[in-house]
Amino acid sequence: MSEREVVIEVRDLVTHYGDTMILNHVDLQVFRGEILVVMGGSGSGKSTLLRHLLGLNKPTSGSIKILGKETTDLNQKGMYELRRQIGVAFQGGALFSSMSVAENVQLPLREHTNLDEGTIEIMSRMKLEMVNLAGFGHLRPSELSGGMLKRAGLARSLIMDPKLLFFDEPSAGLDPVVSAELDQLIINLRDAMEMTIVVVTHELDSAFDIADRIVILDKGKILITGTVDEVKNSELPRVQDLLNRRPRNEEIDVDEYLHRLTAPRD
Amino acid sequence: MVGAIERLGGGFIRFIEQMGLMGLFLFTSIKKALAPPYQLFPIIKQIHFIGARSTLVILVAGSFTGMVVALQFYDTLVRFGSVAMLGSAVALGLIRELGPVLSALVVIGRAGSSICAEIGIMRTDEQIDSLECMAIDPYKFLIVPRMIAGLLAVPALTMLFIFVGIFGGWFVGVVLFGVNEAAYFQGMYHTVVWHDIEMGLVKSIIFGLIIIWVATAKGFLMHLDENGAFGSEGVSRTTTNAVVISTIGILIADYLISAIML
Repeated sequence: MSEREVVIEVRDLVTHYGDTMILNHVDLQVFRGEILVVMGGSGSGKSTLLRHLLGLNKPTSGSIKILGKETTDLNQKGMYELRRQIGVAFQGGALFSSMSVAENVQLPLREHTNLDEGTIEIMSRMKLEMVNLAGFGHLRPSELSGGMLKRAGLARSLIMDPKLLFFDEPSAGLDPVVSAELDQLIINLRDAMEMTIVVVTHELDSAFDIADRIVILDKGKILITGTVDEVKNSELPRVQDLLNRRPRNEEIDVDEYLHRLTAPRD
Repeated sequence: MVGAIERLGGGFIRFIEQMGLMGLFLFTSIKKALAPPYQLFPIIKQIHFIGARSTLVILVAGSFTGMVVALQFYDTLVRFGSVAMLGSAVALGLIRELGPVLSALVVIGRAGSSICAEIGIMRTDEQIDSLECMAIDPYKFLIVPRMIAGLLAVPALTMLFIFVGIFGGWFVGVVLFGVNEAAYFQGMYHTVVWHDIEMGLVKSIIFGLIIIWVATAKGFLMHLDENGAFGSEGVSRTTTNAVVISTIGILIADYLISAIML
């Protein structure tokens, strides 16, 4: 394990939203060619962690190293150079509704390369084939279903052949078959392209199917990091709650509870 | 009492904060507009959206404005026996005030609101984040073409508005009320000086900037809104705000420019 190349290294990351602490001293490593799944319930901080990895938010303190670059110090130019090697598939696809699906997929090539029209067309068709959207290129995003939008967004994130791919909630809102297909596609990307993939999800089945390692976030802290088996066999009660879909069994402080109910409105 | 003062102070702080954000936004946009690469096609596309697609509304609004101005002035001037002044009065009113202000209001309603809503939805739908992640500068990609298009399209629409307005006035004055046609156009020719046109032009350029600035900034900065604008309700509230702010901004700017240039 120790000899593998580290693609992402997060050290002691602390972030705030207003006065609320969202991420509480998070440490994380992602190795080359692995699928790391970041799991956690709503409000666990997993979306925030993703935004920080993408450099969209600035942390309060801590260090984030991606492909050897310390992103917290990078200026816009450096950040943009780094991002050309990174693909990001957003939850809802985040396609531009004023362009066709193919134009959306081609956008990074048009902005960053001088390839000729024919090559751009062929490359975008290849990526659409990969995500099972062959023949849908001429449609507008408004004519696609939620799952198709997600896959089109994935095609766009792959168009520059990134070394590192981030995927936000690949299975949220999809039917089980499409979700399984997408999971298979993610595994194929790792195996065929040796891509390093970070998936953020709250779907257990999908996480166990695709993950090489899993990180579980809870209330802004890392609860556990490990392989699928290590996580499944964890003795930690909070991990077991999450895995067995048990409601939280937190001790209720009676005084505090009464205080919350009777406190004046602010 | 303390609560009231606190709210007042808090409101003031938020106002200053918003002004700062808007100012920074404009500064960044101008900086990005001046830096290469320069792309022509997106600007043309936006001119088409802001300009060409507003033409019909401007034609209708312009001709009726010219007609009603001529109607009102005719009724006034006829009492002093100086209907020969009609052409000058209509032209000056349109060129200096009504043309720039009413064209700007039409553009706010037709293009400003939709630009704000479009960019606001791009913000909530993570499209702006996705641009960032594709290493495409969202200012360069979304804001700059719209601003340049606004700076060009609004003055052009204003000119069109004034042009059809003068003929609307001609229709009411000359055709309906029988004012001498030569007097109508000659009076205009002798009264209107370059400075009047300059004033109209300066106004329309500044109005164009205000409209697009407020619309794009409000949409783009929606996630930083003081009340936490979010989702469809947030987009609708933000768009309403943008329309109100740009309308008031234009009326205030109109007074200031007139006061300075007259």
